[in-house]
Amino acid sequence: MTKKYTEDHEWVSIDGETATVGISNYAQEQLGDVVFVEVPEVGAEMSKGDELAVVESVKAASEVYAPITGEVVEVNEGLEDNPSQVNEDAEGDGWFAKLKVSDASEADGLMDEAAYQEYVKGLA
Amino acid sequence: MGDNQQALRTALYDLHVELGGKMVPFAGYDMPVQYPDGIMKEHLHTRDAAGLFDVSHMGQVVIKGDDPAKSIEKLLPGDIQGLEAGQMRYSFLTNVRGGIMDDLIVTRRENDLFVVVNAACKEQDIEIFKTGLAGEATVEVLEDRSLVALQGPKAADVLARFNDAVTTMPFMTYRELDIAGVACFVTRSGYTGEDGYEISMPSSEAEMICRKLLAEDEVAPIGLGARDSLRLEAGLCLYGHDLTQETTPVMGTLLWAIAKRRREEANFPGADVILKQIAEKPAMKRVGILPEGRAPAREHTEIADMDGNIVGEITSGGFGPTMQAPVAMGYVPLELSAVGTDIQLMVRGKARPAKVAKMPFVEQRYYRGE
Repeated sequence: MTKKYTEDHEWVSIDGETATVGISNYAQEQLGDVVFVEVPEVGAEMSKGDELAVVESVKAASEVYAPITGEVVEVNEGLEDNPSQVNEDAEGDGWFAKLKVSDASEADGLMDEAAYQEYVKGLA
Repeated sequence: MGDNQQALRTALYDLHVELGGKMVPFAGYDMPVQYPDGIMKEHLHTRDAAGLFDVSHMGQVVIKGDDPAKSIEKLLPGDIQGLEAGQMRYSFLTNVRGGIMDDLIVTRRENDLFVVVNAACKEQDIEIFKTGLAGEATVEVLEDRSLVALQGPKAADVLARFNDAVTTMPFMTYRELDIAGVACFVTRSGYTGEDGYEISMPSSEAEMICRKLLAEDEVAPIGLGARDSLRLEAGLCLYGHDLTQETTPVMGTLLWAIAKRRREEANFPGADVILKQIAEKPAMKRVGILPEGRAPAREHTEIADMDGNIVGEITSGGFGPTMQAPVAMGYVPLELSAVGTDIQLMVRGKARPAKVAKMPFVEQRYYRGE
């Protein structure tokens, strides 16, 4: 299983044909209290860079983009009643969607965890 | 103000930074949008205990003259002459079309008026005062004073430790009182729906006084983010959003702020337009809106009727931490303005069900006296 990060603070964890997508812990800290997540519909076809979800904090709405191309096969239903999962465990229980990936090599250009941590340090 | 202009700082800037405030540009000033606790906790803390807000970016103006209460009534529809010394009133400057130029609070003091205006409208308002009152009254901007708000159910207990005279002050009254040994203007007012005070103090002493207030267990610093969600839940208008030069007091459902005497006299800017609108009812009206579900509907979200026709727009909207639900206000046609009316909100292109709702969303808890 490989986990990669985008410059827009999404993470994607690929296991075989399935990619799980969410936002980084850094992103949830920046957003503050998450009060709503609009997840995509199961069956939706996402191209890399498409709008996958919208995260609403008390103050503002932020778009989340698909880090990889694929079909949405599952969404995190738990976020509907408990959006604060994103704050509590952004890179675990706070995942947004799972995609069926056709070309996992798309993730090759993304940052690994060490590179992402360096990238985030540079934003401070 | 242009983008290249240096952002102004209030006397409390260094304290905000020390407290971990996330500073953002607001009305020309660098102001804290939130502290490390975050908007949700700050909001709930204010409803539960007491929050301290820096509102020094707002304009503080003193108007002096032979009869400043009479003079200022040329510019606004409020009953200022009817105020006793030490009483204050919410009003708004109107233009000849009946539109609102700014909303403000006028306090009648022994010999003059103390007026607090919005930061973004400060220069415009001062110009309106100076031009409109020329020959009758002088307009002095208090550049060396800061303004903070202490809001919440514990605000009275806390401030009484500094001066117990504050305890018996009713809502919308003014006194000059020593707080931490400093001569302050204290009003029992605020914009959160909670009991509380606004305290005008010399800027040189502002940090000292705020540190003492923050040292009290019940008090936490609160940023602009929670200030906005608190006032929205309280059903209070934000100028430039819920009220503009294109909205009249009638559309804004602020008729309670236009006294009977002033309607009869009809001698304020835009009186003809406003009185005609009172008689004939406005086409559009500000209402409270409760979206169903958890998705917030933000400012500029389109409002549709049940047939899908776009009929209006959200002017303030977000998540209400006390309500634990999204809340909004906006303008709808009069025929859709009754509480309980079903409407739809076009959130990111998708129609979401909502209802016109009674405001305030959270009960106001002002201290009206024993």
